[in-house]
Amino acid sequence: MSTPSSAPNRPLSPFMLGQYYRFQLTSVLSFLHRLTGVGLSLGAALLALWLIALAGGPWMYAAVARHLTAWYGQVLLFGFTWALMYHLGNGIRHLVWDFGYAFSMKAVYAGGYIVAAASLLLTAAVWALAYAI
Amino acid sequence: MSLRSPLGRARGLGSAKQGVHHFWVQRVSSAALVPLSLWFVFSVARLHGADYAAVKHWVSAPSVAVALVLFLATLFYHSMLGVQVVIEDYVGHEGARLASLVLSKFVHAILAAASIFAVLKVALG
Ligand code: HEM
Repeated sequence: MSTPSSAPNRPLSPFMLGQYYRFQLTSVLSFLHRLTGVGLSLGAALLALWLIALAGGPWMYAAVARHLTAWYGQVLLFGFTWALMYHLGNGIRHLVWDFGYAFSMKAVYAGGYIVAAASLLLTAAVWALAYAI
Repeated sequence: MSLRSPLGRARGLGSAKQGVHHFWVQRVSSAALVPLSLWFVFSVARLHGADYAAVKHWVSAPSVAVALVLFLATLFYHSMLGVQVVIEDYVGHEGARLASLVLSKFVHAILAAASIFAVLKVALG
């Protein structure tokens, strides 16, 4: 018989992934919403740092901007752009659900594909605006 | 009749009737963040290549400063609510959970106050 113990002597969930647990678009997108949410919270701290540096004067601003304009800073900002666009699109999907719509399997998958595609398109549009125009 | 012990209730391990409020303000902040985030990202993209003076000039415009303050306030509020849920989901130990919840609230409040003050300083200074 099983007795409750604080350290169960059995495999925990990560071992299920891939082998026994089949990934689906729905679960991956759900997970990404949380991941991008937490990522964006860190991005918000970076945004605060940028504004504080701007208020701190040209010296302090240059010290921060130097990293943001370097290649790794641009890669990071590109990642934040996609995270925001994805989280925003999927957030709207959440709000639609909250009103009780789009719960059929078909609508859930269609919404998932639309949000994934829109996040890529919007990210491309933002960076085209930055670099090409 | 409640089967919960008075101690259980006092420690807050039950409904404090705040769930609906949390749900609602999370949704309202989400709705507000849709236009604010899109405005912010596309505006900053257009600042690409701008130097210190140009960025300062952008932030100083009254409409931009007001929109930035609204964006920052909504963003940190929404982030605080969101991170709270993540902590509640993953941090099992009661003491660690309480400590991380309080820490998250403090950090969010400090970042919100400091960044909004920075915008006002640039815009008014
Ligand atoms: C701008 C920066 C943003 C940050 C830092 C942020 C952060 C977060 C975090 C940390 C969570 C918790 C994740 C979870 O519980 O799984 C969350 C949830 C949520 N976010 Fe955002 N978010 C942002 C923008 C937005 C936008 C623009 C929307 C637009 C609709 C949005 C809609 C939502 C919704 C609906 C939830 C709740 C999801 C659920 O019920 O599981 N967020 N956000």
